[in-house]
Amino acid sequence: MTDTHSAPPATADGSQRRDWRAFLASSEIDTRLAGMVAALAVIWLAFHFLSGGDFLTSRNLWNLSVQSASIAVMATGMVLIIVSRNIDLSVGSLLGFLGYVMAMVQTRWIPDTFGLGFNRWYTWIIALAVGITLGALIGAVQGAVVAYGGVPAFIVTLGGFLVWRGLIFRMGEQGQTLSPLDDNFRLVGGGPDGSLGEVRSWVFAVIGCAGVSLSLYLSRRRRKRYDLSLRPLPVDVGLAVAGCAVILAAVGLVANGYESPITKQPTGVAYPVVILILVTMAMVYVSRRRRFGRYVYAIGGNPEAAELGGINTRRTLMMTFVVMGILCAVSAAIQTARLNAAVTNLGIQNELDVISAAVIGGTSFAGGIGTITGAVLGAVLMQSLRSGMVLLRIDSPSQDIVVGIVLVTAVAIDAALRLGKKRTVGVSLVTGLVLAALIIQTGRQ
Amino acid sequence: MNQTHAPAGTPLVELRDIKVSFGGLHAVDGVSLTLMPGEVMAVVGGNGAGKSTLMHTIAGAHPADSGQILVNGSPVTIANPRDARSHGIEVIYQRLALADNIDASGNLFLGRELRTSSGALDDSAMASATRDVMKRLNPRFRNLNTPVKSLSGGQRQSVAIARAVHFNARILIMDEPTAALGPAETEQVRELIMQLKSEGIGIFLISHDIHDVFDLADRISVMMQGRLVGTVDKDKVTKDDVLGMIIMGKQPGSAA
Repeated sequence: MTDTHSAPPATADGSQRRDWRAFLASSEIDTRLAGMVAALAVIWLAFHFLSGGDFLTSRNLWNLSVQSASIAVMATGMVLIIVSRNIDLSVGSLLGFLGYVMAMVQTRWIPDTFGLGFNRWYTWIIALAVGITLGALIGAVQGAVVAYGGVPAFIVTLGGFLVWRGLIFRMGEQGQTLSPLDDNFRLVGGGPDGSLGEVRSWVFAVIGCAGVSLSLYLSRRRRKRYDLSLRPLPVDVGLAVAGCAVILAAVGLVANGYESPITKQPTGVAYPVVILILVTMAMVYVSRRRRFGRYVYAIGGNPEAAELGGINTRRTLMMTFVVMGILCAVSAAIQTARLNAAVTNLGIQNELDVISAAVIGGTSFAGGIGTITGAVLGAVLMQSLRSGMVLLRIDSPSQDIVVGIVLVTAVAIDAALRLGKKRTVGVSLVTGLVLAALIIQTGRQ
Repeated sequence: MNQTHAPAGTPLVELRDIKVSFGGLHAVDGVSLTLMPGEVMAVVGGNGAGKSTLMHTIAGAHPADSGQILVNGSPVTIANPRDARSHGIEVIYQRLALADNIDASGNLFLGRELRTSSGALDDSAMASATRDVMKRLNPRFRNLNTPVKSLSGGQRQSVAIARAVHFNARILIMDEPTAALGPAETEQVRELIMQLKSEGIGIFLISHDIHDVFDLADRISVMMQGRLVGTVDKDKVTKDDVLGMIIMGKQPGSAA
């Protein structure tokens, strides 16, 4: 903004600070997101040195990306639900139920009920379509009871938590494990073949680079046409270069750097990660560039204002649950495909991981605040903690304790930053770090 | 918008025998009022007098149970906020009905977003329009890209007023527009009200502040227990007369 620069500085010291703030404001870099990236970098480096150089390897980061995908996909939907002041406790059970249904479709209903055979070209398409449709429908039912029925989301989805898990056992198989699954369907889980491969990964990276640069250019051109303030050109160019560098490094060093243990060829980007990237892009677009997203944030910021603005708030709230249901189906496909089986305890406690990822990513329970990219980073951060602690041979209960400490610390720091309490930020950070370090140190086997 | 060529002297808004009840309670009980172009009509009364409910009815937030609303002389149906807006009625609410987490242009266009041909939000067009209308109303306003939470009360109020101005409101309802503001900001809002009035916009002003009422209003309607005590010309009464109407429900000039 040009006006910000014209403000006369009061003191030499004050002017410097103001220039820095003006720069941050004009670059529109999300400081919260930058803080998360920094936290992630610190965690990665810490685990790298503690584990004697085992963390920042192609293999570990490739696995980390695959392991984060399913929770991260659901976390993007949870952001919209929490932003609009609701909650969804049913996602873990819903994931288990939808995964089991999709497995039933491939292993029982298509082959036996309809006599259309197993492992056909259409099997995975039908299974996915059934799962996504059912996820959307269940989301619509839960959302309608919340939005139109006026029942608190906590209660509705607590009911769903029990119902969907229980229904797995009522589908005629008494909850026995369904395996193996369709060959094509299994690729969704990122198994040995479930990756783009070297060449297609590079193509994917180049398309990504072009996309980042193009969207920055288009946004600049649009703002110019309306004579709006522009970011300094070097900032935009820098963002494009940095974006491309991250994409190329991720593909070159991680995805293509990891050789498949079976084929000895570079694996490339795993399909669950491709799905996560596409879902994230779609959700960012929906949340920032569509009316639906704007309304979700407006409802979270001030439900009364949204209502008085003529927004159909009930329909909007219901739709957040529909989106959540669809994303549960996507994650269910990833998890069942990865296991090559549907089991009754699939997705247990996933609701807690998904909510934690969104919250660590800066989503506020007060409503109106939270970003899709933040939630994805939150999911990666949580998975990084778990993977890192596995490398350090820390037992599973101690891992839970550490993740719990990090969750509360992250939210405490966020709240203190929001209120401008610098000392509380420091106290929270130090307390959290000391407690986590203590648990990690004493939890090593 | 309804801008039929009504004969001169036709009220901008005419309310006829409006009744609104909540359960058994008659919140508004047979109120009739008129508002002329360029007029500021103050609606005053104690807590629970029914003035806010009456204004909500005109704004479409609480539809009337019975009675008639005429805009420019023709009867209209106002069942929701959208209907009200389509008749050029805009509201500026007491608690500043803005979404704190969204920026000025997002709030200005809330519920009426501009979109590109692909249906995406046209943020640039909205930001540009917001800048233009803010330039007219509050030249010092420059925080177009920050959530309105970080704005002062006066700046927030000017965003709310900008919404009405941008969409060419003919009829403005202001519910305690200065209640949350400091003295300098109150003065700013008062100037805005006089400017809008000079442009021929009719304004309903709900206020507890008797000084505001006497400074700004042309006529004053006093409500008590859902009924209209009376409507008086500001120039023909004293503050004590009006206070008497608010507290005792008595007509000015009648014996104590």
